[in-house]
Parts: sequence; C-alpha cells; structure tokens
Amino acid sequence: MRAGIAELAEKLRNREISAVELTKVYIKAIEELNPTLNAYVHLTFDTALKAAEQADQMLKEGDAPPLCGIPMALKDNICTDGLPTTCCSKILKGFKPYYDATVWEKLKKQGAVLLGKTNMDEFAMGSTSETSCYGAPLNPRNTDYVTGGSSGGSAAAVCANLAVYSLGSDTGGSIRQPASFCGVVGLKPTYGAVSRYGLIAYGSSLDQIGPLTNSVKDAAIVFDAIKGGDKRDQTSVDYDYGAPLAECLDRDVKGMRIGVAEEFFDGINPEIKSKIEEALNLFEKNGAKIENIRFPALKIALPVYYIIACAEASSNLGRYDGIRYGYRTSSYTSIDDMIVKTRSEGFGDEVKRRIMLGTYVLSSGYYDAYYKKACLIREEINREFDAVFEKCDVLVAPTAPNTAFPLNYRGASPVEMYLSDICTVPVNIAGVPAISIPCGADAKGLPIGMQIIGKRFDEATVLQAAHFYEQCAGEVIGAYEGGARV
Amino acid sequence: MNYEIVCGIETHIELATKTKIFCGCTTEFGGEPNTHCCPVCTGQPGSLPILNQKVVEYAIKAGLALNCKINTKSHMDRKNYVYPDLPKAYQISQYDEPLCEKGYIELDSGKRIGITRIHIEEDAGKLVHENGYTYIDYNRSGVPLIEIVSEPDISSAEEAKEYAEKLQLTMRYIGISDCKMQEGSMRCDVNLSLRKPGDPNFGVRTEIKNINSLSFIQKAVMAEAERQADILDAGGTVVQQTMRYDETTNTVTPMRDKENSEDYRYFPDPDILRFCIDEEKVEEIRASLPELPFAKLRRYVNELGLPEATAKQLSRYRRVAEFFEGALAEGASVKNAANLIVGTIFSNMDTEEEKELFGIKISPAQFAALVKLADEKKINIGVAQSTLQKMLESGKSVEEFIKPEDLVGISDEELESLCKEAIDANPKAVADVRSGKDKAINVMFGYIMKKTGGKADIRKAEALLRKLIGQ
Repeated sequence: MRAGIAELAEKLRNREISAVELTKVYIKAIEELNPTLNAYVHLTFDTALKAAEQADQMLKEGDAPPLCGIPMALKDNICTDGLPTTCCSKILKGFKPYYDATVWEKLKKQGAVLLGKTNMDEFAMGSTSETSCYGAPLNPRNTDYVTGGSSGGSAAAVCANLAVYSLGSDTGGSIRQPASFCGVVGLKPTYGAVSRYGLIAYGSSLDQIGPLTNSVKDAAIVFDAIKGGDKRDQTSVDYDYGAPLAECLDRDVKGMRIGVAEEFFDGINPEIKSKIEEALNLFEKNGAKIENIRFPALKIALPVYYIIACAEASSNLGRYDGIRYGYRTSSYTSIDDMIVKTRSEGFGDEVKRRIMLGTYVLSSGYYDAYYKKACLIREEINREFDAVFEKCDVLVAPTAPNTAFPLNYRGASPVEMYLSDICTVPVNIAGVPAISIPCGADAKGLPIGMQIIGKRFDEATVLQAAHFYEQCAGEVIGAYEGGARV
Repeated sequence: MNYEIVCGIETHIELATKTKIFCGCTTEFGGEPNTHCCPVCTGQPGSLPILNQKVVEYAIKAGLALNCKINTKSHMDRKNYVYPDLPKAYQISQYDEPLCEKGYIELDSGKRIGITRIHIEEDAGKLVHENGYTYIDYNRSGVPLIEIVSEPDISSAEEAKEYAEKLQLTMRYIGISDCKMQEGSMRCDVNLSLRKPGDPNFGVRTEIKNINSLSFIQKAVMAEAERQADILDAGGTVVQQTMRYDETTNTVTPMRDKENSEDYRYFPDPDILRFCIDEEKVEEIRASLPELPFAKLRRYVNELGLPEATAKQLSRYRRVAEFFEGALAEGASVKNAANLIVGTIFSNMDTEEEKELFGIKISPAQFAALVKLADEKKINIGVAQSTLQKMLESGKSVEEFIKPEDLVGISDEELESLCKEAIDANPKAVADVRSGKDKAINVMFGYIMKKTGGKADIRKAEALLRKLIGQ
C-alpha cells in the first residue's frame, strides 16, 4: 500500500523529506499525467511551493498539525482567496474570490499545500464530470471511462497519486460515486458537520463538503481537520465528536448491526451485487449481525431529490447575471438583454435543464404538486431512516448501480443518467453520513464501491466499519501504478 | 356620485440596527458607493447569510408596539426576481410565517386600523444613472427592513395620513428606526379602491408606490380617489396597476411595469434555519418598551392636568417627553415646566426634525433648577424665559445668570421707595401719564427694572406707581 497521510506526516516530521521536496514530487507527477487525465483545471504551483516553504518552517518549529506540508487538491467549487474558483462553468471563467471557504481556511492554517483546483461537472450537476466547461477528466484506471461525478477531478487526482487527498462536495452522491468509479475512499459527512461557507451552492439543503482519499484512515484525518461549527454558516453544527475520529478507528464489528435493504439492490449490476454480498459475508463472519430491513421510500427518493435540488439550484444560480463577476456577453442592447445573453451563453445544457426544472417546480400553480410534496416526502424518508437506525448501527448498500460509464456514453435520456444516483441521493435527503470504499472490481477491472451509511453525526461508526473492512479485505483492487511516488 | 374609499398602506421601514441583516457590514447612511459591503451582502458565490438577532428583536418591538401577536415560530423565505440591484437574484424575506400578525393602530377618533402583518427582509442596492451609464451601489443591500401591512380599513385621505404619522411616531418612540421619509428610511405604498357606500364588495384597486412624505400620502389618496371616481362616473372601469404620485403636478400616473406578471417563486431559504422565539424573550422585550405617545398623552391630560394641546406637544417626541418627565422628577412643577418647554425651548426649534432630535445643551436637572425658582416665585416668568434662553445658548446653569443676591425677593418697602425714586427722576413722564399719555409709565418701569436687574414684580410696581402718581 502507498503511504498514507500519517506516514507522510511522519517522514516530514523526521525530515526524511521536506514539504518542498514532497510538493515537487507531486508537481512533477501532475505535469506528467494531468495533460492526459485532466483531473486539475487550475494549477497553483507557485502558491503551493510558497505554502510548502511555510510548512517546512512550521515543521522545523515542531508540533506541526497532522496535515502540515501534505500536498492536496480542492474541487473547483470551493472558494480560494485570489485563486480561480469557477465551478467548471464558462459563466465563472476568470472568477477569483477575495475570500476563503471555511474548510480551506482551516486547512491552510494547518499548513496544507494546495496543488490546484480539480475538474467537476459544471456547478456540480452531473454524474460523469463531462459537463465541465474544461472537458471531462479521465478515469486513471482506464482512460476510456469517466471518473464519475461531480467530484470527478478530485477522485481522479487522488486515484492517480496527483494529490495525497482532495476535497469534493456531495449533493446527491458527488463524492461517493466518483470515489466508487475511481476506486478511492469518499466520505460525505452529516449535513452540518462541515461548514458550507465558501462552497458555491448547488442544492443548499443537500450540499456537503467531504474528503476523497486513498484510505479510510486518511478520510478520518481530513474529516477531523475540516469538521466543526462555523459562525458564518447557520446550518453548521458544533457537534462534539470527542477524540479525533482518526484515533478511534480500531474496533471490530462484533455485535455491530448492519442493515441491508433489498430496495437498494433492485436493478443493480449483478457483479456489484455479488461484491457487496461478499463484503457482507466478511462482516458476518467477524461477528456482525446482518439485519434485513425494508426501505420502501427509496424509489421515490430520486424524484424528491431532483425536485428539491433543482428548485434550490434555480434560485442559487440566479446571481450569475454578468453584472458583478464572471462571464459577460460581448454585445447587448439593454440590461435585460445582457442578463439573458450572458446566461444563455454562460451556462451549459445540463445546468440550464436543472434551472428550468427548478423554476418549474417552484412556479405558482405547480409549487404544491411538486416542491411542497417533495418536502413532505423528504420528512417521510427521514422517518424511514430513523426507523432503520433503531434496528441497525449502519446500513450497507452499493454506491452506484453500475461501474464507470464509457466516455461520451449517452443513455436514452437525461433521466437514465439521473437513475444512476438512486443509491446515493437518499443519504443527502436525510442529511446522514455515508462513505464509499472500494470492494472489488468488475470483469473489465473497473472499481466497485460499497456504501456504508450511518446515523446523523455518527461518522465514528461509519468510519470504524469501513476501516475494519479495509483492513480485513486487504487489497480488493490494485493500486494505481503511476503518479507521485514517495 | 359618492364613493367610499377603501385604502390600505404597506410601509417599509429601515431598522436602525448597527449592522446589516445577514452580515457585519455597517448600515450607516451614505458612504462612498460600495464601501459598506462584503461577500455576503453583494451575493458573492459561496457566501451565506447569518440572521442578525437584533433585527428579530426590533421587529418584535414593532409588533408589540402595534398590538400584534408575535409568532414564536418563524422562518425566512426567498423571493426570487431578477433586477440588477438585487445581487443574489432573490430577496430574503418572509412569506407565509411573518414574525408579527393581527395588530392595530388607533386613530384620534378611536377608530382602529388593523395591521395584517409585519415581516423582516433585506433591502436591495441602488441604481445610479449617470452620463448614460448605470452604476450600482450595494451599500444599502442587506440593510434590514420591516414591512408593515395594514388592513384596508382606511377610508379617507386624512385617516391615511394619520395612520402613517402615528406609525412613524411609534417606530421612532421605540427607537427602532428614524423613519425619515425623505432619506427613504420609511417608504409607503398605498393601495386604494372605491366602492359605492354599503357595497360589501371591493372595487378594483391600484397601488401607488414609494410615497415619500406624510402630506403627499394625503394628497396622493385624494388625487387617486378623484381619478378613480372620474373613471367610474364616466362608466369606465379602473385598471389594476402600479401608479406613481407626482408631487409637482399633484397627479397619479401609471408606472412602467418591470415585469408583466411576477411569480416570485417563494420557498423557505435553506441557508437559514427555522427559528423559535421563546415567550420569555417576548415578555422581556415587552417590558423594555417605553410608554407610547398616545398613552403618555392620556396620562398628561388625565393625571397631570395639562391642556390637551400642550400634552400633545410634549408627548409627541420621545426625547421631549423624557426631558419633561426628567424635570418633573427633579421637582419642577408641571405647569411651569410644560409652558417653558412649549413656549421657550420650542421657539428655538423651527422644524419637527429639530423637536424630534431635541438637541439641547442643558440637562433636565439644570432645567428643573430654573423652573423651581419660578415655582417658588423667586423670579418671575419673564426672567425665567430670558434666563432659559441664555442657558440654552450657553449650556450653562442657572447660577451663571442669576446670582444668589438677585434671588432675594424685593420687599414692598424697597419697591415703594424705588417707585418714589422713579417718579422723582422722571418728572416729564409723570406729567405725561397724568395728562393721559398712559404709555409714559413704561419709562418708570424701565427705571425700576434697571435698578433691580429685572426682578421686580411688574404688576405690584404698576399698582404702586399709579397710587403714588395719584391715578
């Protein structure tokens, strides 16, 4: 296995390698591979090297935080002061915020080294990262396939060793699904566990920032660093997790009640189904209790998700009008004309589709039939999760019904693509935490992801179960051979 | 034909909180364009609103002062519309769960105008048109507002004005806004329709937007009622539309519509959690409210025995009332204190704004010290007035102008001998008085006043002089 954050931190502290040297290794790997993989859309090597120098200073002074000097990447929808933040949309081309997202502020304080901003679906809307205005990132496992999305670049960068870890955002599966497609670990924390300040909003009641890493332990270390209440985000919660979660991973699964709902396995690729079943066997063999439960609201979760996410998006994206920042059309006859042309030219098709959907479901005459009803069903889904977690400690499900799509794959309709979010969206609707970890590969060698879902603010159990599986199952999928080597 | 006016008023009031409703930027009026701004109030991507608790508190104050029910559960909604002065393309407002509901304002006649609701929301920026360009100033973006919606209970132009005036006074009294209509910190939209007396149905209404003075409200209601009456008399129908009142021509004309039919697509703002206000907090705020002007007025008349007109002047402005009551607490008499404020202090204040601000240099205690001298008849009212004027100009205390030795009353004997002196010194004036030129007696008054530094009792002196002269 490759070096995790803790090992690298140890090497940095022992001065086996300096942060600048480590950063240069990653820069070289990015220069070599990124032209093919397109994982990064903005490279920030100058600031990275400066940050590495500062990290070396911190390391020299001793008592450096765990992420000091570790090279990493941020999804392009997380605001970085003075550095491009464009959501991979033409409408934000050239936009550089003058403020940091809270997560980035926290990591910066730890001495994190930002290598660049990663590719994503435009405004995080998509399941393949192909709606990016910079072109799709490629799956490092097989470059004929997509990375998944929307945090595709973040998953690809971590998979290909172009960053030790990255942050993504997850509104309906956007961390977990690409993690599953690229064979890395992706954690979507409880809604409110991590501040959303500075995360450019898609669906505000669903969005959550989380880490993509090469191991469960790394995910725990990064989560420990970014979690916590924020006075700039009213929806954040200062939950007391006790000791750092990364220090509480070692726990066996004896007596752990693992729920399995058959609804999650409906229409799932049989190869994926059998890999998850193997994992469940492993858990059971080690003393976990498998509980068969029902989750009837699963099917309805998908339309509920698309109604709520699109409604919020239609409002959140209203501000991109070419007046204050970002792209502005070149010729216009009036302010109204300028706004219409700017938005027509600046947004891609998928974004426009979701804005229109959202506008429609909020319109008077349709509000009750769509948005209001979706909110009521959302409460029902919450109740179903509550009921499930009375019987189980965690829920195990596939992350996605399929492995990575081939590039430029076009299903029969956009709805077919939406269907691939079926296993991940209920988690966002309920605001509970979930992790995706690799549990094998299909016949083509494409990674398969297993999802472990927990109670609100019970990331500890989710991470413990995932860590146990990871340790027990050993290497379920070969490590990517290229990229940075330390 | 005769019509009945059916009128309701929507009032936007800027709250006088120090910071904006969702960020820490100052709410100060003016300032270089776009200097009172941050990522939140300019709607930068990724920024999030944090609800200012002072805004909630001020709105509850307004609700309690207007006899409203306070909804202890409430939330913020997004009102979506596109306009360049609105940086997020939605205004954070309240739609179906306003903070306050079901209150009223009582007019002098005893008639109550219902308050439908009060909700909190953010103001937008300002467009500035110059040299063929349009500029946007976001300093005002995010300044907290309350919108107060009345029931259509207003049935005359006078009532409309009185409603707005009472509302303005009350809001100033409780200190939540300066309600300056010219500066836009209070703006009124008037909804108006006509119907035949006794008709239970409402006619078609129009909305007159952004009226910026109390007297214009009255004039606009009259002008619009006349305009609608002319249409109805001619057999026409009123068109439901947004109007503008032009004060120079005193006419109401249709405004260009921004959008044909607005659908604001209201929905709960997911960035701001639903909030609960505990009853205790409401009671705490209720207890902190000052006595309101109309309660004060009644008390001044009924308990202090002041004439209605004087009581009205003293209760109208909070600072005046506080000054008056402060002086009473220091032992000043009601009558002298009231008359000196209304007579002397107000004569220095030409505008209502000055009375509202009541920026005077002396304290209630300093004022009371002077009033008490008059109360005890140690100085007469004329001296009290002139001394007060000097105190107001200098901010100095009464001792600076009236020495202890001046305060000793002039004995009758002294006064008599002074009168004799005056007569001896002014034989010509005495002769004039005797020959019927009565005004000549002023010469002797002048002599006595000069000798006594103005503290002689002028009526006593007159009686003595006339006796001595033999009239």
